[in-house]
Amino acid sequence: MESSRKAANPLRQLVGWFTTPPVTGHWSYRFILYPLLQIIAFISVIALFLSAIAYLLAFLFPEPRPNILLLQQVNRQLPGMIISGISIGFVYAMIALGYTLVYGVLKFINFAHSEIFMVGGVIGFEVMRRIDDAGFIQTWNPVLLITTIVLAAMLSSGLLAVFIERVAYRPLRNAPRLIPLISAIGVSFFLTDFVRAAQALIRNDFNLTYPTNDLEWLRGAIPVAFGEVTVNVKPTSIIIVLGAVVTLVALNFFVNGTKLGRGIRAVSQDQATAGLMGINVNRMISLTFFVGGAFGGAAGTLFGMNVGTITPYVGFIPGVKAFTAAVLGGIGNVTGALLGGLTIGMLEAFLQGLLVYFPALGQRYTDIFVFLILILILIFRPSGLLGERVDEKV
Amino acid sequence: MKTSRILALVLVLVLALSLTSMMVKAQDMTVIKIASQSPLSGPQSQLGVGIRNGVDLAVQQLSTDLMDMGYEIQYVPYDDQATPDVGVSNAQAIVADDAILAVIGHLNSGVAIPSSEVYNANDLVMVSPANTNPLVTDRAYPTVNRVCGRDDLQGPTGANFADSIEGVESVYILHDTTAYGQGVAEAFQTEAERLELTVLGFEGTEETANFDGLIQPILALEPDLIYMGGIYSQFGIFINQAAAAGYTGLYMGPDGFDSTELAELAGDAAVGVYFTSVAGPASLYPNAAQFIEDYTESFGEAPTPFAAQAYDATAIALAAIARAAEAAGGVPSRADVASEVRATENYEGLTSTITFDDNGDPEIGLYYVFQVTEDGVADADGDGVADWQNELLQTLEIPSPLMAAAMAEMEMTPEATTTP
Repeated sequence: MESSRKAANPLRQLVGWFTTPPVTGHWSYRFILYPLLQIIAFISVIALFLSAIAYLLAFLFPEPRPNILLLQQVNRQLPGMIISGISIGFVYAMIALGYTLVYGVLKFINFAHSEIFMVGGVIGFEVMRRIDDAGFIQTWNPVLLITTIVLAAMLSSGLLAVFIERVAYRPLRNAPRLIPLISAIGVSFFLTDFVRAAQALIRNDFNLTYPTNDLEWLRGAIPVAFGEVTVNVKPTSIIIVLGAVVTLVALNFFVNGTKLGRGIRAVSQDQATAGLMGINVNRMISLTFFVGGAFGGAAGTLFGMNVGTITPYVGFIPGVKAFTAAVLGGIGNVTGALLGGLTIGMLEAFLQGLLVYFPALGQRYTDIFVFLILILILIFRPSGLLGERVDEKV
Repeated sequence: MKTSRILALVLVLVLALSLTSMMVKAQDMTVIKIASQSPLSGPQSQLGVGIRNGVDLAVQQLSTDLMDMGYEIQYVPYDDQATPDVGVSNAQAIVADDAILAVIGHLNSGVAIPSSEVYNANDLVMVSPANTNPLVTDRAYPTVNRVCGRDDLQGPTGANFADSIEGVESVYILHDTTAYGQGVAEAFQTEAERLELTVLGFEGTEETANFDGLIQPILALEPDLIYMGGIYSQFGIFINQAAAAGYTGLYMGPDGFDSTELAELAGDAAVGVYFTSVAGPASLYPNAAQFIEDYTESFGEAPTPFAAQAYDATAIALAAIARAAEAAGGVPSRADVASEVRATENYEGLTSTITFDDNGDPEIGLYYVFQVTEDGVADADGDGVADWQNELLQTLEIPSPLMAAAMAEMEMTPEATTTP
């Protein structure tokens, strides 16, 4: 039944081809080329769609404010908005993966995930600051430096997520659904205040400023010309994109190409049967938390490097946005998290860039529009953009 | 069973003894308490702790008069967390304690306005070292006073200065949506429009980390100056990111920028940032040398902005309590203390000579324009904190609105006197 319906709609078939991972073909196509193409396609589709809307607005309201020509402003801002949208979009996507992976195996929203993201940012800061204090930061190779910082953040956030699962969620596995949710909120509060207290003791300050200003290659913006417009691209934006792409491709390989990944997929389909087949369910759940936490940690430190300053309170807003992204893409669906994250990030950048010209609204209406679109999409596609397309979660 | 009974008996005895000893002590000396409210935790705690320390020092040094009269002065600091809800619930705890006769606070106008409703309903006097929103005193409450200037004069001070900078023709205004930030930004906007500067945008934001999206339209509009109504903890990060994204114009902010943390957060981009203030650094005031020495000795760091104002506010409150106690011949009522505070005339404080007008504003307010310098961002003394030695560009003495109206009535021109 299902397959005949798919065949009836060519557009659906196209989307399906794009969002269901291929199971045949050479490994370089399955695990490198295909995910890269997918990411590029998502970005292009969203960017084209939003640019079209921006130009439509410019056509409808040529001069929303005296002496401001919207068309001219859109032309000037378009590359900048797309770049900032992509960089924050990847951050949201990486956080959203943590929500979605855990939902895939446990059917439960890990509300402490935003704090795991924050801890990643703090660990990244501590590592970078310590390298700086030891005097090595100028001499280290940039790739080595960034890799060390990101890996340290991934490892510690991943282990933290595993620990939280062991302490706060596993004892409640057979409890009613709401109980682990409350436990997650408790963990979230605890982590915020714990980090605040720890940093107050160590540094007597919890505005943690990454020492990025000490590095010439991280500080200067790179001017890139798009036709007549020159955009200053921050090196940290490039690092976010590269870091996110590399880790996302690695995740795709891990989930779809390794034995452990097959184990996770099996547990997400049916825990009891997977257990009967000899899969260690608890270990797979821990592993899922590790992977999700590691992604949150990487996102935290990349975000921290980009914005410059991290506080223990920084996780909440990106966490909520990323959760929205996961729901938008279809919770439990890895490709959906990527699509949802990029959509929310780009949408936000476009709204922040253009709402300025409508004095009755202003930038503060950004979140209202973002969540309005979420509501609209959920009314028409209750399981998210890609939710119903995927037969196996994760 | 038996041991627990004995234990309970011992406990009861100890309690009873300690209670009686407390009562004996209380009979010895009547306790008068001074409370303060400021953010002692959270991102703005650096300024809030400075206020607490200023009050603490004043209570230690200036309560001798009252002690001679047989009163014991105690100081109770409260943490308002820069949050209106917390400020109000603290205020309710404060008014419930009958021994508290004066409150020094707050840092944030958005917290001071609702909290002072509680104080005023209970006749408790508040002397504010730092709240600049016009509404704080424009409600004309007999209990609400401040020793600093007002945003509806501070914003225009900034706008006038911006207009005087060569090459500044357009401004972009951001604010943090709080009573303080939005209020001062609106005052700046009104004056900027009057001076025919082009206002390219007026935006409020609660964002605290990622300003990428907000910066894009600013880059496209190319304002000569960005004015930010708000506090360093948010806009320091903004300045850092705007500079990294390639914005090359000028920055200006209100007194919420007056913190070494701004240099920490904005990095090198902080150099050249202009800010107006209602409170200069203590080192600016000739009377404050002793204060700086005592403060540094007691708290191990130089006084933060508003610490000297907190000291002055406390001094005014203590003097008023002493006068009221003398007049009443015992512990004065809160209303008596409030009217004595309002009656303060030509009080020679560290920061200025203060006479309150009928609304509780100082009759003449001092307004400053500073620019962050290389020295301000540098850390010459090696304590890990920027030195914050910034250049004072302008000092203005501007009368409060009531005073200005009175002067106009007397056919005097209320012109601001400028000293270079």
